[in-house]
Amino acid sequence: MLKNRIIPCLDVKNGRVVKGINFVELKDAGDPVEQAKIYSDGGADEICFLDITASNENRDTIIDIVRKTAKECFVPLTVGGGVRTIQNITDLLLAGADKVSINTAAVKNVDFVNEASKKFGSQCIVVAIDAKKVSDKKWEVFTHGGRNQTGINAIEFAKQIETKGAGEILLTSMDKDGTKSGYDIDLLKAITESTNIPVIASGGVGNLDHLVDGVKLGKASAVLAASIFHYGKYSVKEAKEYLESKGIPVRS
Amino acid sequence: MNVTIVDYQSGNISSVINSFEEVAKGKVNLEVTSDVKKIKSSDKIVLPGQGSFKSCVDSLKNINGLVDTLKEFAITKKKPLLGICVGLQMFADVGYEEAETKGLGWISGKVSKIDNQKGKFKLPHIGWNEIEIQKESKIFKDIKNKSHMYFVHSYEFIPEDKSVISATTDYSSKIVCSVEKENLFGTQFHPEKSDKTGLKIIDNFMKL
Repeated sequence: MLKNRIIPCLDVKNGRVVKGINFVELKDAGDPVEQAKIYSDGGADEICFLDITASNENRDTIIDIVRKTAKECFVPLTVGGGVRTIQNITDLLLAGADKVSINTAAVKNVDFVNEASKKFGSQCIVVAIDAKKVSDKKWEVFTHGGRNQTGINAIEFAKQIETKGAGEILLTSMDKDGTKSGYDIDLLKAITESTNIPVIASGGVGNLDHLVDGVKLGKASAVLAASIFHYGKYSVKEAKEYLESKGIPVRS
Repeated sequence: MNVTIVDYQSGNISSVINSFEEVAKGKVNLEVTSDVKKIKSSDKIVLPGQGSFKSCVDSLKNINGLVDTLKEFAITKKKPLLGICVGLQMFADVGYEEAETKGLGWISGKVSKIDNQKGKFKLPHIGWNEIEIQKESKIFKDIKNKSHMYFVHSYEFIPEDKSVISATTDYSSKIVCSVEKENLFGTQFHPEKSDKTGLKIIDNFMKL
């Protein structure tokens, strides 16, 4: 039986791990390579790096971090943030990333997803959708870390990128991110039910029950969280044991 | 001992290189190349594969003499070869991803899309799944039945001769996830991404 994945996410800025509250007010807290190794040794099913300010800054830092991490962690490594060109993807994959997550570039030009999945295979193309509720049961796609509203319906966009060859969706609720109040389950359910590719839930995890809800209520294939792991509130192992106690299949 | 990872310019093989390097560490001489001379003189070959069946087969054929060299190595000389993911799938006679494409024809069978029961199972099959060992395989030495391995694929290898199957995994049906036929080994899962258990499989292959 396929197991639900637990994915700790490390937000990286200037080569250091940070976790923002609603993408503002960043706190410095650690070396990404060391953190990734701790997660991997602790049973993380996958590691995610998000280069949160990549759009404005030097990209070589993240490439170097990916290269070092990939030599120590032998679980899948996903890297996102500022992935805009085929060359960006090539660089990250060569450094040792297994998947890249595309956000703004996919919104700007959905055919970029097509081009990337044709060239590298769907297995390494994740499309990150940042969505915000605009009215009852309606969510819109946002870009630039939640700063830019696009007017694009999130559900329609998710269906579209599936047809363009995305292998997975990394879905973040902009309303919930950093609030520790749980995933936006309605949004998650709406997306998992309208698509046939795996969806990774993200944004808002504050306790282990939120992870359970993401899988049980939101039907997510994988649950991503940052701060609960990063600040040591829970270990990945504790999260897995808790999910298992709630009847969710996890890798032991 | 020389182990060669075949780099035929198709997909991302960095993780394969990293994990084999981790296991090899000083004990084994590891080459990453498409140079047919080096491949010929190698003791073992690793054939990775990412992307579609068709794109992998096309890329292999693009390198002059590579397909024949691999065939001589694996079929005539019967030296150990490990195919990973599409690398395993290419052992088949034919694949149906993108377009009907002839495979290497080393193990009779076909590669077709996983029947996801009308959307009941999401595709690609991504994540950690348990393997059910079907027969003893040299690469499974000290690997427990029901070990977790990392998968990412939408197509499955269906061999004609079921006796080549060394492990299956359950995803909508029993999917063939590992084969052993004499000197030929293949895994649908990614040992290079399957944590310590995966590294153990790589170690087993290196020690053959």
